[in-house]
Amino acid sequence: MKLEVGYIDITDIQFSDKASLQDGVLYVDRDAITAMILEDERIRAVELDIAKPGESVRITPVKDVIEPRVKVEGPGEIFPGVLSKVQTVGSGRTHVLRGAAVVTTGKIVGFQEGIIDMTGLGAEYTPFSKTFNLVANFTPVDGLTAHDYENALRLAGLKMAKALGELGREVEPNEVKTYEHLPVMQGAEKYPELPRVGYVQMLQSQGLMHDTYVYGVDMKQSLTTMISPTEVLDGAIISGNCVSACDKNTTYHHLNNPVIHDLFEAHGKTLNFAAMIITNENVYLADKERSSDWTAKLVEYLDLDGVIISQEGFGNPDTDLIMNCKKIEAVGTRTVIITDEYAGRDGTSQSLADADASADAVVTGGNANQVVVLPKLDKVIGTLDYVDKIAGGFENNLQEDGSIVVELQAITGATNELGFNRLSAR
Amino acid sequence: MVKEVERAGIPVVHVCTVTPISMTVGANRIVPAVAIPHPLGNPALSMEEEKQIRRKILDTALKALSTEVEEQTIFEVE
Amino acid sequence: MGKLKVLHYINQFYAGIGGEEMADVAPELREGAMGPGLAFNSGYGDEAEITHTIVCGDSFFNERLDEAKELILDMVKSVKPDLFVAGPAFNAGRYGVACATIAYEVLSQLGIPVLTGMYEENPGVDMFRDKLYIVATRNSAAGMRDAVSKMVPLSLKLARGETIGASAEEGYHPTGVRVNFFEKERGSKRAVKMLLKKMAGKPFTTEFPMPDFDRVPPNPAVKDITKATVALVTSGGIVPKGNPDRIESSSASKYGEYDITGVMDLTAETYETAHGGYDPLYANQDADRVLPVDILREFEAQGKIGKLHNKFYTTVGNGTAVKSSKVFAEEFSRKLVNDGVDVVILTST
Repeated sequence: MKLEVGYIDITDIQFSDKASLQDGVLYVDRDAITAMILEDERIRAVELDIAKPGESVRITPVKDVIEPRVKVEGPGEIFPGVLSKVQTVGSGRTHVLRGAAVVTTGKIVGFQEGIIDMTGLGAEYTPFSKTFNLVANFTPVDGLTAHDYENALRLAGLKMAKALGELGREVEPNEVKTYEHLPVMQGAEKYPELPRVGYVQMLQSQGLMHDTYVYGVDMKQSLTTMISPTEVLDGAIISGNCVSACDKNTTYHHLNNPVIHDLFEAHGKTLNFAAMIITNENVYLADKERSSDWTAKLVEYLDLDGVIISQEGFGNPDTDLIMNCKKIEAVGTRTVIITDEYAGRDGTSQSLADADASADAVVTGGNANQVVVLPKLDKVIGTLDYVDKIAGGFENNLQEDGSIVVELQAITGATNELGFNRLSAR
Repeated sequence: MVKEVERAGIPVVHVCTVTPISMTVGANRIVPAVAIPHPLGNPALSMEEEKQIRRKILDTALKALSTEVEEQTIFEVE
Repeated sequence: MGKLKVLHYINQFYAGIGGEEMADVAPELREGAMGPGLAFNSGYGDEAEITHTIVCGDSFFNERLDEAKELILDMVKSVKPDLFVAGPAFNAGRYGVACATIAYEVLSQLGIPVLTGMYEENPGVDMFRDKLYIVATRNSAAGMRDAVSKMVPLSLKLARGETIGASAEEGYHPTGVRVNFFEKERGSKRAVKMLLKKMAGKPFTTEFPMPDFDRVPPNPAVKDITKATVALVTSGGIVPKGNPDRIESSSASKYGEYDITGVMDLTAETYETAHGGYDPLYANQDADRVLPVDILREFEAQGKIGKLHNKFYTTVGNGTAVKSSKVFAEEFSRKLVNDGVDVVILTST
C-alpha cells in the first residue's frame, strides 16, 4: 500500500466570513461550523474559539485533539467507518493541514479530561501548545447520558477536522512524503538482509472515555488484528476521548503516530518495517490473555525479528503490556516497550503495576505524578470548574493567585506512550 | 495495600480482576473477579443473577480465608 | 561569592603512601590538594578549591569503622568545608565502601553537601545509591579524567544547592528516585534505536530497569469463619454519595473510613465511586458491585460469618503511588487490628 502525504504548513488561523486556506492561513467560517455541529440534536450549544501558540490561553477540560486531513486521491475518505462508509484507506494521496488542530472541550464527562496551556510551563509538556487550534466548547442538551455525550463530542470533533481538511484539497503542499507498506513476501524479497520489524500498538478499550475505534469498530469487541500503517495515517484509528490526559492517545496522535513515522524512516535502511498489529486493553482477564496470546501468534506467524510495543494508559494495562512483551519474547522475537511511569510525586514509588524480567528494554515517557505549578493565564476556554477533579488534580489545587497545581497526568499528551515527546525519566 | 494488611497479621483475600497484577504485587490469597468496572457484579444480568455471582465469589473468598496456603494461591470461583 | 572550600577524601594509595601494605594508616588531615585532587582543582578553576585532603588507609577505615568515622568527622568539623568530595574509587571495593560511608556520615551528621564516584559493580554503589549521589565511573583509574569531568560540575551544583537533573544527564548512578527530564530525541526514535541494538545483540540501556517486588508470608487461615469479624477494604474508590472527603480521582492523597452500621445495601442514592481509572457508571448504579455489603449482610444473617465490621476503608488505586497506598494501608491495618477484625476481604477494580 502506497500513500503520498502532502503537508500544508499552517502559519495562522482566523475567523472569516468565508472558509478558505491561503498562503498557510486557515480562515474558518464560524457560522458554518456552528451550524454543522448543531445538526446533532444532542448538542445544545457550541462556542468556537481560537488558541494560538504563545497566547495566554488555557483550554480545559480537553477531550480530544484532531488534525485536519483530506483524502485527495485513492479509495475511501478520512475517518472511514465513522464519518464515511467503510472502505479501505491508506493508498493514494492525502493532504494534511500541518500545524493546525481541532480541540474539543465542554462539561466534564468522566474524571479523565486534560489541560492544554498555550504558554508557560504547561506549554512545554503538551504538543498542542505548538499548534494553531480551533477550539469547540460544547454544551449538551439536558439529560443526555454520559455515553451519548461522549459520542456526540467525538463525532463533532471529527466533522470539524474533516471540514477544515477539505480546505486543503486543492492547495499545493509544502512537502510531500511517500509511505509504502509492502505485502509480506515482497518486503522479505526486497530486503533479505534487513531485520524484520513489527509494531504492536495497544489501544485503550476499557469503556467510557477509554475507548478506541478502528474503522468504526469499538476495539474492545475485536480480536488482535493487523492493519497497514498507511491506513492509520488516513484516520482508520480514532480516539474515544480521554483517559488520564497525559497518556491517552488523541486522534491527532494516531494520525501522526511517531512509531509509524520513525519505523518508516528507518525502513529499507536499517530495518524492514514488515507489519503493524493492533490489539486491545480490555477489562476482563480472559480478554487480556486471549489478546496477548493472539499478538504473540501473529508475531510468530509473520516471522518478525523484533517489535516495538506501545501502551496506552496505565494501571491494569501495564499487565496487557507485560503479557504482550513476555509472550512475544517467548516466541523468540525481541521487544522494546514504550510506557510511562507513576512513581509518586517524589519519584520513589514503584513505577509500573506489573513487571517481568523479559521486559529488559523499556522506553519511558516520564513520571506522570510529577507536580507542576501552572501559572494563571489570561483566558480560559472551557471551564476551571473541574481542575480539582480531573485525574492529576486534587482538592484546593486552584491557588489564590490563579495558578493551578497539578500532576503531569492532567496535561494532554504529556507522557505519551507512543513516544511522541522527548520527556523521559531515570 | 494487600501486603500491608497481611503484614499486620490479618489474613486477607484479594478479590480482583487482573490476577497477574495481584500475583506481581504479592497477594497470597487471590480470588478472580468479573471485570474491572464491576468486579463483583455484571450489569448485563438481572439483579438476582448478579447477586448469585456475588455470593459465589464471596463464598470462594471465605473458603480462601479458611484455607492454609504456603505460597501465592489463586482460588478459582466454582 | 569567593571560592567554595572543598575537602577531599582519598586512600593511602592515591596519597602516594603505598599500596595494600600501607592500608592500615590512620586518618590524617593535610593541607592542600594531592593526587587526584590536583585534577579536581584544575577543573574547579575559580569556582572552588580543595583546601584540605584527608588520607585514610582502607583497612583502617573498614576494620576500625567507628574510630575512623569519629576521627574523620572531627577533621571535617575543624575544616568547615562547603563541599566534601570522596574518591573516585573506581572498582576498589573497600575504598568505594569507605568513600560512600564517610560521605554519607558527613552528609547526614554535618549537613555538608557530598559527592563520591565509583564503578557500578563497586559494592559501595548498592549500599549507598539511595542515600547520596555517586558518579558512575569506569572500572579503573584510567577513567580518572572522565570521572573528574563529571564530578566537578555535579559537586558544584550540589554545593550551591542547585536542582539536580536526572541520572542520565548528570552521570550519577540511579538512586531509585525517578526524575523527569527532556531527552534529545523523542521516545519513538529512542525505541527504534534500542530495538536495532537489541536485535543485533549489542549492548543497550533500558530507561527503566524492572523492579523486584517484595513478598510477605501468608498468615495462617482463620479457624472458624462463622465466628470471624470480616472487614471490607477496597481500592475501587467507593465512597458515600458526594465524596465527602473529596478523595482524588487519581493519585489519591488520602483514604476514606466510613461507618456502615445498619447499612444493608449500597444504592445509587447513597454510594458512588471516586475512582477515575474505569468507567464509573456500573459502580455508581450499584456500589455493591465493588464493595459487596449486601451479600455480606446476608451471610451475617445466615451465620456464614460472625459479623461484618462496622467500618470499611477505601482508596482510589488509580495512579496512586504504591508508597502512598502502603502508608494508608499500614495506618488502617493498625485500626483493623485494634478493632479485633479477624479477616479482610480486599476488592480491586
